Amino acid sequence: MYVLQLYKMNNMIDFLSQPWPWYISGPLIALVMFMLLRFGGKFGVSATLRSICSMAGAGKHCDFFDFNWKSQRWNLIFALGAVVGGFIASTALKSTEPLALNPNTIEDLSQLGIYFTGEMAPMEIFSWNSLLTIKGFVVLIVGGFLVGFGTRWAGGCTSGHAISGLSDFQLPSLIAVIGFFIGGLVMTFLIFPILF
Amino acid sequence: MKFIQFLFIGIFFGIVMTKSEVISWFRIQEMFRFQSFHMYGVIGSAWLMGVFFVQLIKRKNIKTHNGSNIAFKNKDFSVSRYLFGGTIFGLGWALTGACPGPLYTLVGNGFTVFIVVILSALLGTYVYGLLKNKLPH
Repeated sequence: MYVLQLYKMNNMIDFLSQPWPWYISGPLIALVMFMLLRFGGKFGVSATLRSICSMAGAGKHCDFFDFNWKSQRWNLIFALGAVVGGFIASTALKSTEPLALNPNTIEDLSQLGIYFTGEMAPMEIFSWNSLLTIKGFVVLIVGGFLVGFGTRWAGGCTSGHAISGLSDFQLPSLIAVIGFFIGGLVMTFLIFPILF
Repeated sequence: MKFIQFLFIGIFFGIVMTKSEVISWFRIQEMFRFQSFHMYGVIGSAWLMGVFFVQLIKRKNIKTHNGSNIAFKNKDFSVSRYLFGGTIFGLGWALTGACPGPLYTLVGNGFTVFIVVILSALLGTYVYGLLKNKLPH
């Protein structure tokens, strides 16, 4: 019996280790939003960046960060969980298959000199060594800055606007999502060919 | 441990984001090049299910676990704030291949250089705070 159970559990882990299809993942992300609401939180990850600034003392000289960040501790714990979840998914539930990327994307990116090896991200850019290169600096430092600056100006990111806001039919969130795509398309089609 | 439930919801979120590959820089490129339905499927089905959950909460008057109301605040209307802020975030999303949720989950995935991206995002948030009153909202 025990061997059978162990066999079943292994099967289960194998099953969960495959890449998850969109029609499973999307509804589960909505479930995350629902659970956060049920426990008195809300789904908006970029707000944690503001809370961390406040926690680090930015409120002493800037009003925007002068609020009780402790009321946002639940969200910081949630973000910590997202780190742990990434660790579990990439170790215990690691997929043995390479990412099933569209061949056209592989071809387009290879023309920019970015080669797909089946990983989540191009390792030559997302490594510590690349920080010292111009491309690496732009992607990691400038890119990160734009994410932090833009999400706060827009008052939310993909979770806060595209999921939470659009689920409540908020027009501002639709405008924000249109902005996300304008920025993403400009970067992909106009700036990438110059940068890479 | 007062916030343990949030830790577990976060772990679940991190697993879903990794297994659905939405944390992948390549998947984000595929999305912006309109070469796969995957990301649109994830975001679209999350939205549809999200609409269902929000309506369920409103119509059945579902409360939080400790009995308080779940309030949905209308966002203040503006075009410039959402369009400009959104566009700047979009530029960063395509560059890093990550929105704030994946930033955290990628560190857990072993892409430790994303710690630097998070620090840079914190700097961006901080600079926004300094310039807030000078920007159109």
